[in-house]
Amino acid sequence: MQVSFGSVVLTLAFLAMVTAVAAALIGRKGDERWVLISRRAVYGACALLTFCVVLIELAFARDDFSFKIVAEHSSIETPAFYKMAAMWSSQEGSLLLWAWVLSIASSLALYATRNKLREIVPYATAVMAGVASFFTGLMLFAGGVNPFAKLSPVPADGIGLNPLLQHPSMMIHPPMLYSGYVAFTIPFAFAVGALITRKLDASWIRATRRFALIAWAFLGFGLLLGARWSYTELGWGGYWAWDPVENAALMPWLIGTAFLHSVMVQEKRGMLKVWNACLIVATFSLALLGTFLVRSGVLQSIHAFGNSTVGPYILGLIGVVLIGSTALIVSRLDDLRSEKRIDSLVSRESVFIVNNLLLVALTAAIFWGTFFPLISEFFTGTKSSLAAPWFDRYTTPLAILLVLFTGIGPLLAWRRVSWATAKKVFLVPTVVAAIAAVALAVFSDAGSKPWALALFTFATFALVGLSQEFWRGAAARRSLKGGSMASALVGVVSRNRRRYGGYIVHIGIAVLLIGIAASSSFQTKRDVNLRPGQSAVVDGRKVTYVRPTAKVDKLALTVGAVLRIRKGDEAFTLHPTRRFYRPTGSAGGGGISPYFAGESDSEIGLKAGLGTDFWTANQPSIVGLQRHARAADQGFAKCVRGGPGVPPQCRAIGATMQAALANPRLRPQALARIEQLQLETAKQIAAGYLSEDAPSTFRVIVNPLVTWMWIGGLIALAGAIIGLWPTRRGRRGLVADTELEALKEAKYREIRDAELDHAAGKLSDEDFALLDAELRKEAIEILDSGESREAVSVHPDRGST
Amino acid sequence: MDPQRKRKVRLVVALSVAVLLAVALVYTSFSAASEAKEPSPLVGLATSSSIDMTGKVVPGSIRHRGEQLDFRVVDREGGGPALPVTYRGTVPDPFRGGREIVLTGEVNNGTFVGEPDTLVTKCPSKFTTNAS
Repeated sequence: MQVSFGSVVLTLAFLAMVTAVAAALIGRKGDERWVLISRRAVYGACALLTFCVVLIELAFARDDFSFKIVAEHSSIETPAFYKMAAMWSSQEGSLLLWAWVLSIASSLALYATRNKLREIVPYATAVMAGVASFFTGLMLFAGGVNPFAKLSPVPADGIGLNPLLQHPSMMIHPPMLYSGYVAFTIPFAFAVGALITRKLDASWIRATRRFALIAWAFLGFGLLLGARWSYTELGWGGYWAWDPVENAALMPWLIGTAFLHSVMVQEKRGMLKVWNACLIVATFSLALLGTFLVRSGVLQSIHAFGNSTVGPYILGLIGVVLIGSTALIVSRLDDLRSEKRIDSLVSRESVFIVNNLLLVALTAAIFWGTFFPLISEFFTGTKSSLAAPWFDRYTTPLAILLVLFTGIGPLLAWRRVSWATAKKVFLVPTVVAAIAAVALAVFSDAGSKPWALALFTFATFALVGLSQEFWRGAAARRSLKGGSMASALVGVVSRNRRRYGGYIVHIGIAVLLIGIAASSSFQTKRDVNLRPGQSAVVDGRKVTYVRPTAKVDKLALTVGAVLRIRKGDEAFTLHPTRRFYRPTGSAGGGGISPYFAGESDSEIGLKAGLGTDFWTANQPSIVGLQRHARAADQGFAKCVRGGPGVPPQCRAIGATMQAALANPRLRPQALARIEQLQLETAKQIAAGYLSEDAPSTFRVIVNPLVTWMWIGGLIALAGAIIGLWPTRRGRRGLVADTELEALKEAKYREIRDAELDHAAGKLSDEDFALLDAELRKEAIEILDSGESREAVSVHPDRGST
Repeated sequence: MDPQRKRKVRLVVALSVAVLLAVALVYTSFSAASEAKEPSPLVGLATSSSIDMTGKVVPGSIRHRGEQLDFRVVDREGGGPALPVTYRGTVPDPFRGGREIVLTGEVNNGTFVGEPDTLVTKCPSKFTTNAS
């Protein structure tokens, strides 16, 4: 390997991160100069890693095959769009993406806390920069994963990006997942800082809440995109398979969900501190585990990954994180004691505890199932694996309970709720859910599927309860400010973004689960074998194979079918195809059969609808095609060899080949001619396919309500964005700049929340009076402590506000 | 009930539920799991129980016979004797010679008969160190 300019930049980034760790640790006792150096070193490393990414992307854009990464994952023919995405399809590129995203997130976190958490920040910096130097160091020292590794001699063309990866999702799905994994480093780092310095109030949580939420949203959206990709692309028709790699991304998301809820309990009540510390350690470790799993080959997965050199190192990091964090939490147990106790079982905090337990149980079951091959090998000596039905057995009831609590939580106020008030807010959702349950049981197939019926009932409860929340909030605002109901709704949502953003996420999750339950319980799946002109009836729909289609271009030989689907007055046409990719780089070998030994994929025919999706994939019988191809191969070889009796254009090709053997500079020309001949032969074979009436097997899936899964996911994403969006004050730069301001802000918000709960009928007059008095007392305590604190401390490097 | 006692009761209930769940997980997982094996120990067997077979498709061994797909597999690391396989049902897009597959089924007269629709072919997706 030659030393390249990029490697030098990457080494500088590594050194900057190491400097950041060292400077942060030197300045940990409050030496502002060192802390400033560490922060600037992180900013510098971020700039350097950005430069590295730009260098790699430029190499892809310029088809610079002297870079090993470019030669192995791109080619001249790779479309420009996918050249950009090819970076993260490689091991080394994905590590660079990890380090780069982490450097950005760390820089943002350090900028946001530049005037806050003075004791915690140095340690948090050391952790963030430590993890970043680990990943940067991995690229430099682990061997074989340096993205700037060079090839000599430089190949004329690259291998190309696998056609199965050439899908628009490739552009966003991996970076989304990575950003999700990586952003969980930030709350983890601040949690470690808080534990070391024993500053275990909610300040670290307030400072990193946004990062946790961003990580959660990215990871969730990444999962959704992956599910969609699988549904539309792989010719399989499913969106989830309980594959280890899918599970690896789902587990940190589930524990992250638990964390986002339980930190609110710590923020408002000073409780669950040990639990929160454990959750964020678990989330971060699971994120690392996900990164490890896809690189290790320890578990059998549909996502095959080459055995790489970095697996053991990442496992080492997970070990350090787990052992270090556990030791730290155990040594701080005295400081982690709750400040308060739960006032009442009927309160939002107790619902959060139940939801946390459910999420953790769900994750525990998935974890056990995912790692069962290793567990069973350890205990019995044979590797056994668990299939989807085992996972469904545990995840279905837990998901049903979760959706119920998705509805109960928002209906309850913090601290305490009297039974009378609870009855009032639960009345409408309970009645509507009960009516829905009866109606579904009587008038639909749901009666025969108790799990699905339970989920629909609880989801109805949640959706009605959440709508009631919006309604009551808007009504309360309207009685205060007047105006129309719509403007009151917009007003109340935009003034309470965290609360209503969260509710919108809940609506999205309930809708998403309805989509999953309906499509998995009431799906019709059939494989039908048809010849052109024949029909079959699937789920009351007449499916007619009208005619075959075939197309040849430089990329692939595509055979397809025109299908006509009719049910009553409704009729539509679908065109599922199968593409057989022309193998690149083997044109010299010639022949047509390689088309059918190479990569192939399905372009499904999908008629999506709010009611049902009609999904179909085509598996044409290629026996005839292959026979023609073999015959063509012989003719092809004969043609290229030349000799007596071959057509004149063959003779010309033969001559060019002979000339190319003598003069290598003529090789491209010879290859181009062979490619041309290959294309023409493929076209003849395709024409033969059209005339031979070959049968095709069509997989037909009728999926009810599956569209709501995607809609639900998007609603949840919108909710997360609303919850994250800064208020007008925040945008003007008036965000809580110091910890004291953040504390005041949080308490004011709590008072406003209580007022809103009271106005919306969730708190009785007596409960509100008590709560309001408590909150105001706490607010005054904060103001008092702030005055005395500000009197003694003046911030040396106060920011721009 | 005094609060101290109440908390203890709650803790005991929560822990019991957790233990129950854990026991159920352990019990069901061992009874529901199917054994995973590579092709070489299956070669030459007359019959077998249901197995998750993991192997690598021998390049050039794939034959389409109407609806049926015949091919041979070897151990993932390559080498060893090849096991003949027959399979009907959906074939995933990435299926081809040289790819790793997981297939549920059983050995019958020396041939591994796959259950319909259980063929999983690994995505050649990422991080492959060699060209595929």
